[in-house]
Amino acid sequence: MTDYSQAYGLLAEFETPADAMHAAEKIRDAGFSRWDVHTPFPVHGMDDAMGLKNSKVGWFSFCGGATGFTLGYLMVWFMNSFDYPVVVGGKPLFSPMFPFPVVYEMTILLSAFGAIFGMLFLNRLPKLYHPLLKNRRFKGATHDKFYVIIETADPRYSEAETRELLESAGCKHMEMVED
Amino acid sequence: MSSPTAPTSVKIAAPPREIEREPLVLNNRSLGWISDQIAGIIEGKTPTWWWVTMLISLPVMLMCFTMIGYLISTGVGVWGLNSPIAWGWAIVNFVFWIGIGHAGTLISAVLFLLRQKWRTSINRAAEAMTIFAVMCAGIFPMIHVGRIWFAWWLFPLPNANGPIWPQFRSPLLWDVFAVSTYFTVSALFWYMGLIPDLATIRDRCKGFFGKFFYGLFSLGWTGSNRHWSNYEKAYLLLAGLSTPLVLSVHSIVSFDFAVSQVPGWHTTIFPPYFVAGAIFSGFGMVLTLMIPLRSLFKLEDLLTIRHIELMCKVTLATGSIVGYAYGMEFFIAWYGGNPYEAYAFQNRAFGPYWWAYWIMISCNVISPQFFWFKKLRTNVVVVWILSIFVNIGMWFERFVIVVTSLHRDYIPANWAYYSPTKVDVLTFVGTFGLFMVLFLLFIRFLPLIAISEVKGVTNQADPHHPLGGAKGGHH
Repeated sequence: MTDYSQAYGLLAEFETPADAMHAAEKIRDAGFSRWDVHTPFPVHGMDDAMGLKNSKVGWFSFCGGATGFTLGYLMVWFMNSFDYPVVVGGKPLFSPMFPFPVVYEMTILLSAFGAIFGMLFLNRLPKLYHPLLKNRRFKGATHDKFYVIIETADPRYSEAETRELLESAGCKHMEMVED
Repeated sequence: MSSPTAPTSVKIAAPPREIEREPLVLNNRSLGWISDQIAGIIEGKTPTWWWVTMLISLPVMLMCFTMIGYLISTGVGVWGLNSPIAWGWAIVNFVFWIGIGHAGTLISAVLFLLRQKWRTSINRAAEAMTIFAVMCAGIFPMIHVGRIWFAWWLFPLPNANGPIWPQFRSPLLWDVFAVSTYFTVSALFWYMGLIPDLATIRDRCKGFFGKFFYGLFSLGWTGSNRHWSNYEKAYLLLAGLSTPLVLSVHSIVSFDFAVSQVPGWHTTIFPPYFVAGAIFSGFGMVLTLMIPLRSLFKLEDLLTIRHIELMCKVTLATGSIVGYAYGMEFFIAWYGGNPYEAYAFQNRAFGPYWWAYWIMISCNVISPQFFWFKKLRTNVVVVWILSIFVNIGMWFERFVIVVTSLHRDYIPANWAYYSPTKVDVLTFVGTFGLFMVLFLLFIRFLPLIAISEVKGVTNQADPHHPLGGAKGGHH
């Protein structure tokens, strides 16, 4: 018997994106929850194969944009009509038109912050440690190999059955990854 | 529902060879080959030409800084400005560099939204070019204000004078926001695209420093599909945000001119005409940079003739739009019936700066027309030479717009002729040194082609393609 308290998960290597995708479909259908697929590039259709929901990054970006829009108008109103009002050309102190280019840029800037930092937050990046990054074989995940990892912490995990499942999906190489 | 005996798939004839698209990566290269080839540039020995170019660029860059130091310590009198030409090379150079900086985001954002997969081979270098060009551009508005130590008044920062806040009715302030947003978003977009590639290099690295720094900046990327899912969404959003951004930046730069009352500047055609010109000059610069890199680093299989041809087509299209805008400006100057406007344009083409105008026309309108011919589009030497003409022409366009519109004020007593001084010229030449130093450092230390994105457009990456492992039948 191996001591699995130190084991992070079972790592299965695949040669092609199609193999990894079929494996993902099988694992999804088997009802696993703590597992992932690692690929050198985003594989088209993998989200469906894994049963992932639509990413939530859009909400972060939307909130950023709404903040930028509001902040932009508030800033211009405060600076040019409230704190330091100067009449230019006999025109009203405030109008939504003249600061529009500035507000437009602020909206884009903060939406972009929302998209990038929202993505990093949802992915819990930057991450200083990950058990997979210690694994020599796993270096192929940024090169030309495709990996499926099923964590030992998954309630459905059992060494023999999970190995069998991955083998039936066409996996040629499998190994345990230590935490 | 089909019965078990019915045929499972309808046979569709393969498309005829003539309409099949050329692959984006030639010679059926494997996925591993792509990372070996691109990461190999960073891992290999520094080529001699790199050192030679660096040793030329460094003193040129230092010359730029020296000239700026001289300008600050002495005053704007060292430039050729006079009355009425108060905007000279500084603004010309600013618009020139910011225009070049438009191709990167156009390639990474607009072509991404249009699903132009060929962009993957050029977007990384073009984005780097954008960031460095915007840095060069940013120098000029800063130093042209005269008392440079007050340049921070451009930003809405609290100061001890009340505080006095900037006036947001000024298009120059819109420009501050447009350019700084553009720089920030472009830099973030570029960095986000780099994360998976930095992870690739981290995993190949042997040395301590490489492992440390590539590891640090790749943020612990593991290529997890749960991450890719958020990453791709963020990438799509950024592309969607950068598209209105890139169009707005040069529109706002054109407002610096168009919102004023000066004949020759006060035209509604400026925003679209400036944007087309920016894309034109940006693609010109991408071609100028990528054609030598392609052969120096043996990237012919990744940056194929098809890529160059497509870039030539964009150059041709935008160059023709620019030519149309030149014609339309003249038409409106006549049709609008404003004598000052009519004079400004007549003077542009036949006045004392006629030479600048006709250099602009030959370089921007005539030279891209050669790209109608496939034979010329596919000849890299011809393309490279024509791309240089595009760069020259677009600099002259800004010179023509800035200087010819200013040099003849309403009364002849206010007429003058503007010539740059040595300081003007050396500062501008110096910015090329700065640009080249930054670009050379980029190609030495970062992957100049987006590794993961190029992998993604190959057939091997498509799970529904036989090369991607598809067994056929049910897909």
